Amino acid sequence: MTASARLTAEGLTIGYDRRVISENLSVAIPDGSFTVIVGANASGKSTLLRALARLLTPVSGTVRLDGRPLGDYQPKELARVVGLLPQTSIAPDGSTVVDLVARGRYPHQGFLRQWSADDEAAVTQAMEATGTADLAERLVSELSGGQRQRVWIAMALAQQTPILLLDEPTTFLDIAHQIELMELLTDLNAQGRTLVAVLHDLNQAARYGSHLIAVKEGRIVSEGAPDDIVTAAMVEEVFGLRCVVTPDPVSGTPSVSALGRARAARS
Amino acid sequence: MTFPSLAPRALVVRRGRFSLRVRVRTVVVTAVIAAVTAMVAVLALSLGDLPLTPAQVLGALLGVDGGFTATVVREWRLPRVLAAVLFGAALGASGAVFQSLTRNPLASPDVIGLSAGSYVGGLGAIIVLGAGAGSVPVSAGAIVGGLAAAALVYALSYRRGIQGFRLIVVGIGVSAMLQALSTYLLLRAKVEVAMVAAVWGAGSLSAVGWAQFLPAAAFIVLAFAALSAFSGSLTRMELGDDAARALGVRVEGARLGLVVSAVALTAVVTAAAGPIAFVALAAPQIAHRLTRTAGIAILPSAAVGALVLVAADVVAQHAMPTPLPVGLVTVVVGGAYLVWLLIHETRRRA
Repeated sequence: MTASARLTAEGLTIGYDRRVISENLSVAIPDGSFTVIVGANASGKSTLLRALARLLTPVSGTVRLDGRPLGDYQPKELARVVGLLPQTSIAPDGSTVVDLVARGRYPHQGFLRQWSADDEAAVTQAMEATGTADLAERLVSELSGGQRQRVWIAMALAQQTPILLLDEPTTFLDIAHQIELMELLTDLNAQGRTLVAVLHDLNQAARYGSHLIAVKEGRIVSEGAPDDIVTAAMVEEVFGLRCVVTPDPVSGTPSVSALGRARAARS
Repeated sequence: MTFPSLAPRALVVRRGRFSLRVRVRTVVVTAVIAAVTAMVAVLALSLGDLPLTPAQVLGALLGVDGGFTATVVREWRLPRVLAAVLFGAALGASGAVFQSLTRNPLASPDVIGLSAGSYVGGLGAIIVLGAGAGSVPVSAGAIVGGLAAAALVYALSYRRGIQGFRLIVVGIGVSAMLQALSTYLLLRAKVEVAMVAAVWGAGSLSAVGWAQFLPAAAFIVLAFAALSAFSGSLTRMELGDDAARALGVRVEGARLGLVVSAVALTAVVTAAAGPIAFVALAAPQIAHRLTRTAGIAILPSAAVGALVLVAADVVAQHAMPTPLPVGLVTVVVGGAYLVWLLIHETRRRA
């Protein structure tokens, strides 16, 4: 694949409190892809995402958007191109769905321009795309986990960025809501948004992602289309898990089954 | 213009490049509170050794009546009443900023030690420099003291970021230490100086005339202007630092600007009138319950603060057998509220 890439990183070394998490990482996020970053716990996958969103300043190396280092962008200017759904966000007491989604318009607003017709249209569209329009006047605190996550995604969509980063968007959801969310993300991707998500579930990553980045101990071990790179050898290297990889009966994408004991013998 | 489809309870105004969206309920509630505040202010102007009718008060204010009545209203009573309104608004806004930044209703400048810091700073100026309440050295001392206390509380409670409840517990501790320090300072001072300091320290508007009010008012207006520049960032920071950054907010810069403006508001009031407790604590929560805004809003909190302080001053001056410092009234009313809030918060966390 020789796709163009607006968001790239070169020679990234990232760390917290002088502890190095990743060293000399280079990635390019293909435009229009649904890129999924996978890896074991504490492998540095969220750290990589945070660096791409400029939440972390790399110790060395540069993240570039359209060839310009992220550090050269004004915060609002960057926020009009790259959006982020953080792992945890807080809904202020008493906020309704529309209150929250409307806050996503901040990078497009100014001191005089606080609620333009564009803001209105973007918020309406975002709520329709996520199926939250009917919830507009509900309090966020009254919603179920799945609904709430869709509202947060609506807020990120209202930001109208061509690139959207998502940090473990399915973590607190049950299996049905996880699938519902992945389907929603697939739709958004099909409409032309570039998505980058950190996911735990390798099968979902292989099924919904178009480009996979496998991270281990802060290094990129493997990168490419799921069909090409999800193999038993790769899974064993990245997760330390022995497994077999078979085609998923529904989607035909690689599906991982762990080796180990079968169910405990029944009497 | 309104858009029923998206936000039926909001009012949208658009003129050329200007556009604004406000919640109807917030506007109505804030306007009603402002109107009640104005009525209480007129009442405050009419009460005293020379009782006046509201008509006489308005006549004096508009310059229709001259003579003694005008002197009483405009020179004697007006600065005090305006001070109650403006200082109350300043305290309410200051409390709103801290409660919003920490997402905790207990985090107000009087609970987390910032008022105590301002008090020690002002006290130092009175005792060491012999300055009078409301003078420039006392104001400077109060601002420096408030900021130093803020920095101290921040540094002591910082551990990989700031967590609301830890900040409050540390703040209460710092507050107690600063109060001990101020007691020590008072004990070391000459009797006459200590008397001046004690009257100031009770929190009273009785010494506020035009000379004290005008500089404080100018400063408060400036601090409000600074706050309004950061209020958009504050609304986004309620979502969490990461979410705010992703929306293009300069989180560190905005937080510093907000803290400095809010400390300045408390400090200026403390310098002019001494520490007036609990307005900053209670006003934002009352406003939140009345307006039902998402999170804590600055303007309604300021309106409630103004009403609370001007009403408390009327009570302190006229409803008691002898006139009391207004700080005493707010302490008594607010103390009960603080106990309730502590119990409520502890249960919520349990």
